[in-house]
Amino acid sequence: MNKTISRRDFLKGSLAATGLTLMASVTPFGTRLINASEMEGDMAEFTPSAFFHITPDNVVKIMVPNSEMGQGIKTALPMIIADELEADWDRVEILQAPAGKAFHNPLYHDQLTVGSASCRGFYLPMRQAGAAGRAMLTEAAAKEWNVPASECSASKGTVKHRKSSRSLSYGELCLKAAKLPVPQDPALKKENEFRYMGKSVPRVDIPEKVSGKAVFGLDMQLPGMLYAVAAHPPAYGAKHQSFDEKAAMAVKGVKMVVPNPLGIAVVAESLDAALKGKDALKVKWGPGTHPQMDTAFVEKSFMADLDKPGANAAQRGDVKQAMNDAAVQYEATYYVPAIAHVTMEPQTFTAHVQADRCDVWGPTQAQGLCHMLASQISEIPPEKTHVHTTMLGCGLGRRARPDQMIEAVIASKASGKPVKVVYTREEDIKTDFFRAPMAHRIKAGLDSQGRLIAWDHKTSSTSILKFIEPKYIQNGVDYYCLWGLADTPNSPYKNNHFIYEGIPNFSLDMILNDLPITAAPFRSVQNGPNAFVIQCFMDELAHKAGKDPLAFRLEALGDNMRAKRVLETAAMNASYGSNMPDGYGRGIAQHQCFGTYIAMVADVSVNKKNGAVKVHRLVIAVDCGPVINPDPLIAQLEGGATMALSTALKEEVQFANGGVASTNFEDYPILRMSETPEIDVHIIKSNEEIGGIGELGIPATAPAVANAVFNATGARIRRIPLTPERVLAAMKG
Amino acid sequence: MVKLNVNGKEYEVDVARDVPLVWVLRDNLQLTGTKYACGIGECGSCAVHINGKAERSCTLTAGEAEGKNIVTIEGLPEDHPVKRAWIQEQVVQCGFCQPGMMMQTAALLSESPRPDAGEVIEGLDDVLCRCGTYTRVKKGVEAAIQMMRKEGKAS
Repeated sequence: MNKTISRRDFLKGSLAATGLTLMASVTPFGTRLINASEMEGDMAEFTPSAFFHITPDNVVKIMVPNSEMGQGIKTALPMIIADELEADWDRVEILQAPAGKAFHNPLYHDQLTVGSASCRGFYLPMRQAGAAGRAMLTEAAAKEWNVPASECSASKGTVKHRKSSRSLSYGELCLKAAKLPVPQDPALKKENEFRYMGKSVPRVDIPEKVSGKAVFGLDMQLPGMLYAVAAHPPAYGAKHQSFDEKAAMAVKGVKMVVPNPLGIAVVAESLDAALKGKDALKVKWGPGTHPQMDTAFVEKSFMADLDKPGANAAQRGDVKQAMNDAAVQYEATYYVPAIAHVTMEPQTFTAHVQADRCDVWGPTQAQGLCHMLASQISEIPPEKTHVHTTMLGCGLGRRARPDQMIEAVIASKASGKPVKVVYTREEDIKTDFFRAPMAHRIKAGLDSQGRLIAWDHKTSSTSILKFIEPKYIQNGVDYYCLWGLADTPNSPYKNNHFIYEGIPNFSLDMILNDLPITAAPFRSVQNGPNAFVIQCFMDELAHKAGKDPLAFRLEALGDNMRAKRVLETAAMNASYGSNMPDGYGRGIAQHQCFGTYIAMVADVSVNKKNGAVKVHRLVIAVDCGPVINPDPLIAQLEGGATMALSTALKEEVQFANGGVASTNFEDYPILRMSETPEIDVHIIKSNEEIGGIGELGIPATAPAVANAVFNATGARIRRIPLTPERVLAAMKG
Repeated sequence: MVKLNVNGKEYEVDVARDVPLVWVLRDNLQLTGTKYACGIGECGSCAVHINGKAERSCTLTAGEAEGKNIVTIEGLPEDHPVKRAWIQEQVVQCGFCQPGMMMQTAALLSESPRPDAGEVIEGLDDVLCRCGTYTRVKKGVEAAIQMMRKEGKAS
């Protein structure tokens, strides 16, 4: 299942007339379906984005452009094509696509698995490509039998002529179908005609993962391969002053020491030798740019930002005037600390730079970026640079950063051998690009009926775009940090604007914090911290207005019907409003992002002696439009909510001496089985446009839990994690 | 030179005795199903069976494993109730921690074939999963217990 082939090899089959290959070229003007056998010359001028290939041995090969990190994309995307194509699922072979323009997500014009966009981006073009294939195969059969195509029908890999009881398999028809013109507007199936979509299909990547044979990035083995482990600076901006290359080289098996812009790599015959060599380096590091920076310093810095003037990111109505007119003004300040990705598979990449080609193998979410950088660093032209995507041991956004691949390419280029770079867990955390820490101050105005009429919001964040695409920071505003509060018009991320946009007067200012902390998207990006702040503050306002938190939200949602429906569905299924025993509490929260609507209700109890929070149940309602594969969708929400609960109760990156002080799971604990609640997911049947799912489990979880803790104790905690010490302190007031 | 018995096969491996077993299994014997994730015995991704008990191969040296029966995920039979249950219940997400999760479950069920919910949690609480599959793992364990009960197997 986990094969990678080149696009050219894939197409060669059809050009030599060995089957039917269909692509969908997605342009701003719509989808153009292309039969690969019609194409001549350099195909780089086309940007087809969806592929399948049917061969005379009756196999349908489907290319998956996206990275599999447990979300089930290697099953979901092929289901879309197989359904419209009427392919027999048992005859489908699924291939991991290499890097190439052909596999760009039409939403991004890049090959990326981020922003819950794989199904959002490929749903329509893949349906169209599948339907066009079905029409061509049906037409080919009709021609063969000399009957009207309308008398023929395709079913599970076979075209049948009912009147004469004749049938031909797709394998038998594919060569003839390949000679037919591609219908540009093929009839798509109606929902009740779906064969696979909407029903749970077992994930194709699970059996090999259960057997232990799945190849993750860390599992790459190549003949003659060396191992590299790098020492990275312990503080931001610290430069090495000296290191003992001789001592490292004296370790048996160590081949060379390769300083690179990120650290000092020791290349050796075995991982054990590389690790011992790294220890032997005894690197002396300089002090870094902010030696005084520790965890408390970071929090103070973000809080102090809130007293500075910010850059305006969004404005509606007249917030100042409305605030003056308000019957009640209310203000609160929140802080959300840095969170580490700690993907279970530590950072790793393997590279082999040869005289005439460069290959890289690894668990990447960003094939396009890896391809470009591997080519640049190896000085091998792009067409001779190949990116091979392995299984990803969790992605979470960390694996859209290419730092580990850069080190692998440099080490391979220096040694002339294939090299696998492995980060220890300690190096993985030390060099992480964290979920950006944020401070927020919100002022709200309520009218005499307790209705929300003004929302004045200021936030300070580490910039994410600074590390991805600094040119997109506009006048001091980084919209990546604002999702959930605001987004740019026509954003491909869709629906990441403020959920209560009906509030007539709204203003949002932002300050980019100047500490050197590195940041990157972390599953749902800043929708997570922003939803925590918005949803906890909404709870505060409801109490201020003397209204029930659910009713107050429904009122503020105006005509946002999908958001209202998920909220009501979650509340109903959680028996919202029923009595809870002493020490127990129930909290509600909601969010919209990546085209999907979600709401959660959390039931918790709080130990009044020690402040420990126990989450008993999470009830989730979601509306993401059409559902492709329900069971993995539910699993994504269960897993996302569990991960978010981990951030809500336990996680905070520690800093000291100007760098990262957290080192491993012993001082960066994550949620355990005993701390995981019952999770109950309700999918709302919806015919709206398809939304994302992979990141949706995150945003509403932490605020639902914090609101439940308030409900249980009367203590409002405006900062995560809700550690026992913090909860106890808040209860004592 | 270290002599190891892994999945019923004898190996002589040219490594120092102090090398963590996890590297020897993965890099010398190409049994990459056993994962490295923390290196300090905190997370359980590297769990293997040593004489039938689940142990962390990252804190055990090759020398210490000599003379013992080592079983890795590759040596757990494909028709083992835990493997079948993990597929049936679609437990896995990214899958990186799951070899350790399954090995620790198999050891738990071989010691106590019918653990109650509390014993399952206690037995698996030191295996960490970042994807948050814990709710599915509980279902997987339950399914494996049912299979074993139906099929009359002790392990």
